[in-house]
Amino acid sequence: MLVSILHRATGTALATAGVLCFLWWLVALASGSEAYGIFHSWVIGGGDAAHPLVNGLARLVGIGLTWVFFQHLCSGLRHLLLDTGAGYELKINKTGALMTLVASTVITVVIWLAILVGF
Amino acid sequence: MGTGTGIGRVRGLGSAKSGAHHWWHQRLTAGSNLLLMLWFVVSLLRLPSLDYIVVTQWLSSPLAALPLALLVISVFYHFRLGLQVFIEDYVHDEALKLASIVLLNFYVIGAGATALFCILKIALGGAAA
Repeated sequence: MLVSILHRATGTALATAGVLCFLWWLVALASGSEAYGIFHSWVIGGGDAAHPLVNGLARLVGIGLTWVFFQHLCSGLRHLLLDTGAGYELKINKTGALMTLVASTVITVVIWLAILVGF
Repeated sequence: MGTGTGIGRVRGLGSAKSGAHHWWHQRLTAGSNLLLMLWFVVSLLRLPSLDYIVVTQWLSSPLAALPLALLVISVFYHFRLGLQVFIEDYVHDEALKLASIVLLNFYVIGAGATALFCILKIALGGAAA
């Protein structure tokens, strides 16, 4: 139940917030180094950042969107498996649903450790 | 009931005339999204930084610009189909539903055109300004 509704919720979040963030980045990039510099200073920061608080919030949004993306990806893969008619036994079905939550969380942690700690 | 003959239904001549293509295209783009988004995430993580020069140099390569353009087409088509189902399921007022579908189409075409234009501008713009 939870994972099923999460698929719609995460999909909607990606199509709105995710797409708008992607567009902001691309439009800034296509508008030249000055415009991209504004995006960079507000969102990415680093070094002697001009907006450390906003950078921190942007990072939280980034972590959130990463989890939302991988949750949608994992439950999407689960739906493709269910489409074949497999995995409808109660126990297997429930385990599969829980696995999507575990996988998306693990992937998000690994990616952000790689970004923030750098290994 | 007027559901027609068996062969008529098989040929897709039920009352809606079409429909299965929506379901199929959603799965088809799910597959292409999977490949393209994994490529995109890995590519971004492999960049030394997200500085202007680094990202524009990366995107000026056809091997980056082309997959990113395909990603936009695949992902945007996928979310248009998905949000359409979302609207059809949760917006019950017919006028509001129609308005939402119209708005969704404006959004996906507008956002998609913007993204593709930006990618082409960076890819074809030559050296970074």
